[in-house]
Amino acid sequence: MATMNMLQAVNNALITAMNDDEKVMVFGEDVGHFGGVFRATSNLQQTFGKGRCFNTPLTEQGIIGFATGLASQGSVPVAEIQFADYIFPAFDQIVNETAKFRYRSGGQFSCGTLTIRTPYGGGISGGLYHSQSPEAFFAHIPGMKVVIPRNPYQAKGLLLASIRDDNPVLFMEPKRLYRASVGEVPEEDYQLALGKADIVKQGTDITLLAWGAQVEIIEKAAAMAEEQGISCEVIDLQSILPWDIETVCSSVEKTGRLLINHEAPLTAGFASEIAASVQEKCFLYLESPICRVCGLDTPYPLAHEKEYMPDHLKTFEAIKRTVNF
Amino acid sequence: MKDRNHLANIGLVHQVNVIENGLIDIPMLQVLQPDGTLHPQAELPNITQQAALKILHTMQYVRVLDERMVAAQRQGRISFYLACTGEEASTVASAAALEPQDMIMSQYREQGALAYRGFTSKEFMDQMFSNQNELNKGRQMPIHYGSKALNFMTISSPLGTQIPQASGYAYGQKMAGLEAVTICYFGEGAASEGDFHAGLNMAAVLNCPVIFFCRNNGYAISTPSEEQFKGDGIASRGLGYGIRTIRVDGNDVLAVYSATQKARELALEHQCPVLIEAMTYRLAAHSTSDDPTSYRSKDEEGSWLLKDPVARFKTWMQSKGWLDEEQNLAFIEQTRQEVLKELKLAEQVPVCPIEQIIEDVYDTPPWHLKAQLAELKTHIDMYPEAYPKTSGRS
Ligand SMILES: Cc1ncc(C[n+]2csc(CCOP(=O)(O)OP(=O)(O)O)c2C)c(N)n1
Repeated sequence: MATMNMLQAVNNALITAMNDDEKVMVFGEDVGHFGGVFRATSNLQQTFGKGRCFNTPLTEQGIIGFATGLASQGSVPVAEIQFADYIFPAFDQIVNETAKFRYRSGGQFSCGTLTIRTPYGGGISGGLYHSQSPEAFFAHIPGMKVVIPRNPYQAKGLLLASIRDDNPVLFMEPKRLYRASVGEVPEEDYQLALGKADIVKQGTDITLLAWGAQVEIIEKAAAMAEEQGISCEVIDLQSILPWDIETVCSSVEKTGRLLINHEAPLTAGFASEIAASVQEKCFLYLESPICRVCGLDTPYPLAHEKEYMPDHLKTFEAIKRTVNF
Repeated sequence: MKDRNHLANIGLVHQVNVIENGLIDIPMLQVLQPDGTLHPQAELPNITQQAALKILHTMQYVRVLDERMVAAQRQGRISFYLACTGEEASTVASAAALEPQDMIMSQYREQGALAYRGFTSKEFMDQMFSNQNELNKGRQMPIHYGSKALNFMTISSPLGTQIPQASGYAYGQKMAGLEAVTICYFGEGAASEGDFHAGLNMAAVLNCPVIFFCRNNGYAISTPSEEQFKGDGIASRGLGYGIRTIRVDGNDVLAVYSATQKARELALEHQCPVLIEAMTYRLAAHSTSDDPTSYRSKDEEGSWLLKDPVARFKTWMQSKGWLDEEQNLAFIEQTRQEVLKELKLAEQVPVCPIEQIIEDVYDTPPWHLKAQLAELKTHIDMYPEAYPKTSGRS
């Protein structure tokens, strides 16, 4: 096995997919010769040619509209949006077109081969427009899958599964881990199932749930809580939609408590959806209210980034409150 | 096509007539030759020595600013910076042709226009260090300037979004009967965004007194303009939307100044939009996060170094006897000292108090934001070391 960071794992997954299927095409702003602003697509143009890996003009609505049409023809586009903050110009294409393509044609047409990759999230001093975590907007659209890896191994396995899944997938990459997260990644082709959560650590007193870069945060909080004798079960949701309600609920039935952590603002974030579903399914098992540790209901700030973040300390305090309810 | 019947004035042909790219060829206004001498046939704009000096000094100022701030970023003192080296003439000379009441809506590489309006070194530094004196309260990354007092709209990162907004702002100026226009700067890359097309069409149809100013500097990050658009640049799009259009040598102060003066005149007289495409080159890296050596050659950059807009304008001023070399060098040195002094001061200033985190989301913070702030403050008090920027202050 090779050691890779998350960018190398993404790059490796793209090479694997392009070698496996010549219909796979990779494009977006600066992704061609330059390899993308984060270099996730390095050397793809040099290896696979300009026909299969190319720069697009600077138009997100153009990129996604083009990718949707291309997918409906039977090609396998992997389109990059340079920052998740800049996906909103393509919102109409994704919400009204990509996500509804199969449904509106009674299954005659589909753009299910499309994968949209985009770096998301904060912690990099990016301020308002280089830090957002917009997963909840896309979880609200029937027809899209939303997937978020937490380390290089997940990144490769989930990206390959996303590219080969017959539904349009939004694959969100936690950019603060791009270089920071390093781990063993098999060189061969492998896939991790979409829609499955991953139990990172077993525990008995409380279930901690997060995705992407926040998994690291809840793990840190769990370690602090363990020192106080609180046993935490740590779960990485991995797929935001569809999400693994079974794994989450069986964990909550065991621990009796649930804390959900995400970077996006609290109000109408995806934690709200999880909390509503879990209380419906596990009401009689719950020993305390489901707790959300999330970003504030403000735009993502710059100077106050540390204060804004649902960090390990806020999570640790919330664990204690929930356990001692 | 003034007639309301849109077919009335269309000429007819009786064989398939394909109109090919290349039929229109939009020329470029140049007043100064690359060596700084006046073009023999060129019409000189009406410019005083004082105005010329202010333009030169502003260009030299932003060059000093760029040098210092790129260095400060390398030293890890600021997180990010974006230089305008090579494009000073485009932004400074265009701003010089405007009036203070004209609104500026900028992309991010127009520090020259802002400096021309009088943004001080202190204001630049406060923004770059996102400290509590910063006019936008330290909420955005370095270079996202904004100043209500100077009629310079706060910059937003998503590209192209200011373009339709500029049309709207200009329409408001017109409806209010103001003797003012809006200028909207953007790059040739941003001109690919849907907002560009929407903004130009709105301005044309609604007759908005807005100057669309495209800095065509050859690259959008690593993407060369050949991979950005086909056809005759951005200028041809102005014509496509029925907008009066000027293409100008963006490295020529006098040409940019003339073109913008003319554009302003037209925008006011006809209450209409005007598009200016300034042909220039980004000599600097895209930003401090970029490495241009991986996508362009030293030779290419070298050929543009020869067209340096600052040297070119200086040569012309010297030929007029308008420049005292010694005084000019003293100005540059004094600028360096001033920027350095303000940099050192600004980096010592704390960030805004934590209460401001919930301000300006709405006109007044609703209950849920107040509750979140209260909770946050209690938390910070429990872990003062973990939040050093805000703990112990209220
Ligand atoms: C909507 C959107 N997409 C992508 C980006 C990322 N981005 C920032 S600058 C830039 C290139 C802009 O090029 P251009 O408009 O030509 O201006 P220049 O930098 O050349 O002055 C890109 C792609 C962004 N800020 N906004």
